[in-house]
Amino acid sequence: MSELGQGKIVKVAGPVVVAQGMSGAKMYDVVRVGEANLIGEIVELNNDMASIQVYEGTVGVGPGEPVINTGAPLSVELGPGLISSIYDGIQRPLDKLYALEGSFIQRGNALPGLDRDKKWPFKATVENGAKVTAGDIIGEVQESSLLLHKIMVPLGVEGTIEGIKDGEYTVDTPIATIKADDGSVSEIKMMQKCPVRSQRASKQRLAPDKAMVTGQRVIDTFFPIGVGGTACVPGPFGTGKTVVQHQLAKWIDADVVVYIGCGERGNEMTDVLTEFPELKDPKSGKPLMERVVLIANTSDMPVAAREASVYTGITIAEYFRDMGYRVALMADSTSRWAEAMREISTRLEEMPAEEGYPAYLGARIASFYERAGRVACLGAPDREGALSIIGAVSPPGGDLSDSVVQATLHVVKVFWSLQSRLAQQRHFPAIDWLTSYSFYKQYLQECFEDKVMAAEMDGMIKEAMSLLEKEADLLEIVRLVGAEAISKADQISLAVAKSIREDYLHQNAFHEVDTYTSLEKQYTMLKVILHLYKKGLEAVEAGIEPADIFKIDAMEAIARAKYIPEAEMSKIADIANQIDSQIAKL
Amino acid sequence: MLKEYKTVSSVAGPLMMVQNVDGAKYGHIVDIELGDGSIRHGQILQVEGDNVLVQVFEGTQGVDLDETKIRLLGKPSELSVSPDILGRVFSGVGIPIDNGPAIIPDAKMDVNGNPINPYSRDFPNEFIQTGISTIDGLNPLVRGQKLPIFSGAGLPHDEIAAQLARQATVLGEGEEFAVVFAAMGITFEAAQFFIDDLTKTGAIERSVMFINLANDPAIERIATPRFALTAAEYLAFERGMQVLVILNDMTNYCEALREISAARKEVPGRRGYPGYLYTDLATLYERAGRIKGNRGSITMVPVLTMPEDDKTHPVPDLTGYITEGQIILSRSLDRKSIAPPVDVLPSLSRLKDKGIGEGKTREDHADLYNQLYAAYAKGKESQELATILGEGALSEEDAKYMKFADEFELRYISQGFTENRTIEQTLDLGWELLSVFDDTELKRIDVDLIAKYMPKFRKNNGTSD
Ligand SMILES: Nc1ncnc2c1ncn2[C@@H]1O[C@H](COP(=O)(O)OP(=O)(O)O)[C@@H](O)[C@H]1O
Ligand SMILES: [Mg+2]
Repeated sequence: MSELGQGKIVKVAGPVVVAQGMSGAKMYDVVRVGEANLIGEIVELNNDMASIQVYEGTVGVGPGEPVINTGAPLSVELGPGLISSIYDGIQRPLDKLYALEGSFIQRGNALPGLDRDKKWPFKATVENGAKVTAGDIIGEVQESSLLLHKIMVPLGVEGTIEGIKDGEYTVDTPIATIKADDGSVSEIKMMQKCPVRSQRASKQRLAPDKAMVTGQRVIDTFFPIGVGGTACVPGPFGTGKTVVQHQLAKWIDADVVVYIGCGERGNEMTDVLTEFPELKDPKSGKPLMERVVLIANTSDMPVAAREASVYTGITIAEYFRDMGYRVALMADSTSRWAEAMREISTRLEEMPAEEGYPAYLGARIASFYERAGRVACLGAPDREGALSIIGAVSPPGGDLSDSVVQATLHVVKVFWSLQSRLAQQRHFPAIDWLTSYSFYKQYLQECFEDKVMAAEMDGMIKEAMSLLEKEADLLEIVRLVGAEAISKADQISLAVAKSIREDYLHQNAFHEVDTYTSLEKQYTMLKVILHLYKKGLEAVEAGIEPADIFKIDAMEAIARAKYIPEAEMSKIADIANQIDSQIAKL
Repeated sequence: MLKEYKTVSSVAGPLMMVQNVDGAKYGHIVDIELGDGSIRHGQILQVEGDNVLVQVFEGTQGVDLDETKIRLLGKPSELSVSPDILGRVFSGVGIPIDNGPAIIPDAKMDVNGNPINPYSRDFPNEFIQTGISTIDGLNPLVRGQKLPIFSGAGLPHDEIAAQLARQATVLGEGEEFAVVFAAMGITFEAAQFFIDDLTKTGAIERSVMFINLANDPAIERIATPRFALTAAEYLAFERGMQVLVILNDMTNYCEALREISAARKEVPGRRGYPGYLYTDLATLYERAGRIKGNRGSITMVPVLTMPEDDKTHPVPDLTGYITEGQIILSRSLDRKSIAPPVDVLPSLSRLKDKGIGEGKTREDHADLYNQLYAAYAKGKESQELATILGEGALSEEDAKYMKFADEFELRYISQGFTENRTIEQTLDLGWELLSVFDDTELKRIDVDLIAKYMPKFRKNNGTSD
């Protein structure tokens, strides 16, 4: 440490501190700042002067105070103990901080990310004498009822395993050694450290091959996200970005969920903490919290740690991907991350580009989303992992020309466009069916076990979407020339489009049953609505008045179909018979 | 002794540069003594080597480079707290201005506060009855929530704030209640109206006021909400009280912040407000809440006036991004003499679902507000259609919904600033208004609830109203 030298603060401007005498320092080295021992990271170097972003409040810090370089880059600790944790932006466990400091966050406490005392039952999956390389799985820990944690050989290590055996270990107890060909020996622990600012290595990038089922009808049916895909949810405040993110965190078909509350509300994190443990995974019936890692750097917490929070989160997510899992990462909101970047950049007196954002905004956003993807994981056994990213974006005044929105749309493949008009009508999720898009539509079919059903669903989706498009045109005509101008067949189209919107796309996140809809139920619901369309058209052709058709009881049954539990799905399918018999009576 | 410097090198707007200063710390406060012996207060915004940038709360008028002395106080702004702050009036920078005795402090608290550890928050879920139907029925407020009023020049936000302070109660509990009021750049009349209202009901004894009026120094306003929230944190989390904080008017606060930013020649963001406005506001608004293992709570109602009634203006926009909903006032309802003129459709309480339902308000509450919203939204569309095409051109259905919307505005929204409705009255009124529709039209309400609460069925069942 002595060769790194101890610097001295020369300037303090909000979250940025400049120190001199920092010879030997590297970019992104973690430093301890001032007498309060605050945690910071070097973000600019100029001769022996270093600009440091400080992850804690800097009130009371002044020139002359010492800066000590730890010589290590900003890193996270990876190993058993991540699941169900809640961390701040630099992986300090908030529950432990609470035990140490009480309700309000104090300064200068650098707690480790993983518990050092807890023992985990380790089971070796390789034998002594086995040849291993980086990424090889050498053992397992049942970390939670939903997650089997794979212990992998860290990057840069290879050789022959020695001394591995089952047992109860803490994360920093050696569990084996690996002897390299040159005779050097590395001690292996369950915990590894990994710098956050660059992507974790994998063998090969693979294209998405499947959609991820989310149980949200408008998303799965019309704008699905692919396994290893990227999506963004921009919208003004109150349009439902956070609810969408929470819904996905709850129901998305992933093995692990990393949820980053980035510069948003404290109570929303509490909501996750109190609600998730009560929710059950629809497949296994286990508590959903047992697959979640939470990063909470709320809007009132230091802005530099907010900048770091997305990197902390994504590195943890990649680690689980490397075990061969499907990981979904939600970041709410990436705009707050970008604003943190802007604030640091301003204090560094960098030349601003648009809206005061630094010129590298677009590059940073792009390289963040590039860390998503489906990969062939490093090491043996062969396995595939995937990391999908879903970012909320909060444009000022809801204006989509905002720099962060534009930079994001440039790279993501799914756009869920939230409209305040829909939110005001309490049409939730307020995802606009006409302007949203997904490049993963073709992969939805792969999610059905029944291939006939898959092909049929594909046709129904196209039919439903064309009805919605037709509705927009017809409503325009009605607006211009009045409702009389609409043919009887078109009146049926309008009524069915309305039913698609209100009875199908509208989904109440807070309703016990409605909150999640399996693909099969989505198929069944949509099929009934389109059956009404077919029968309605036949009926008007046979001379029946549209108004009479709209009065049949089956219309109300369709409206209430979403509240029918999965277990009673046959009741939904049965509505088709009601439609037939009730229309026949007209 | 405190170090004293006579080395002011430049003054610009509310800022002052001082040279050759030793031992200055970021964020600490200073005393500034002018040539005539008068004292002003400042805060250190930046230290570079031995140069210090100071923001002067009272402004720099009359500061001269030769005579002015600076003393480093070696600490951030602090508020002296004790239970005796109740019933007292302070200036915008926490100095008693009511001629009362000095506060003998139990403690001195840093007004910047510290972030609440998200893990230690307790979720707000206790319904507060405000007696205002548009809030209780449609946008329920819960203890620990931050729910702003988005208003416009000339709209009666002061009356609503006073009504809230007067009527807000948690059902069935007799806990200690306090009001903290921060005035930022509002008129003497507006502040006095509020004080008088609290005095009439005796609530003034349980209130703490921090007053910065329109003619008080603008930069002081940056400190005012911090003093107020520090008092609130003390009362709530040290003394276990239920505290309602009213911050009025946040637009003036933001303008003061903009002034400092401009004086520092920072890259301006939208409409000249600094890029860190969101973060700055969040460090205020997020001080509301409840914490685990503590009886107390801070419920916050920031009031702001939207320039040109524009919701996308940075002040309401960034506020809405942080607060847990917003109550928006409507000029057109105000013109129709509907009071309080709450614009129901864009208003929102994000925490409503947590504070209502069986055991809290009533089992029908959630379905009922969903249905009222939907029906009113449809009725508003019909109202608009009628203004374009004339009422005669409306379909039967549109006419019915329009009539509903009119009734809804006259009876549900409109109640005046003194009527205090119970939640049952509000809910029952909702059912009564919905009774003009066929039951099958009420798609958002569970059929069992219709059978139980719709007035016609209730009479049949012989249950009381
Ligand atoms: N799917 C949904 N079902 C029911 N209500 C919803 C849904 N999505 C959003 N809402 C309502 O909208 C409010 C705002 O949503 P939120 O996600 O917090 O918005 P944002 O994050 O965009 O500001 C929520 O508090 C809730 O009342
Ligand atoms: Mg949100």
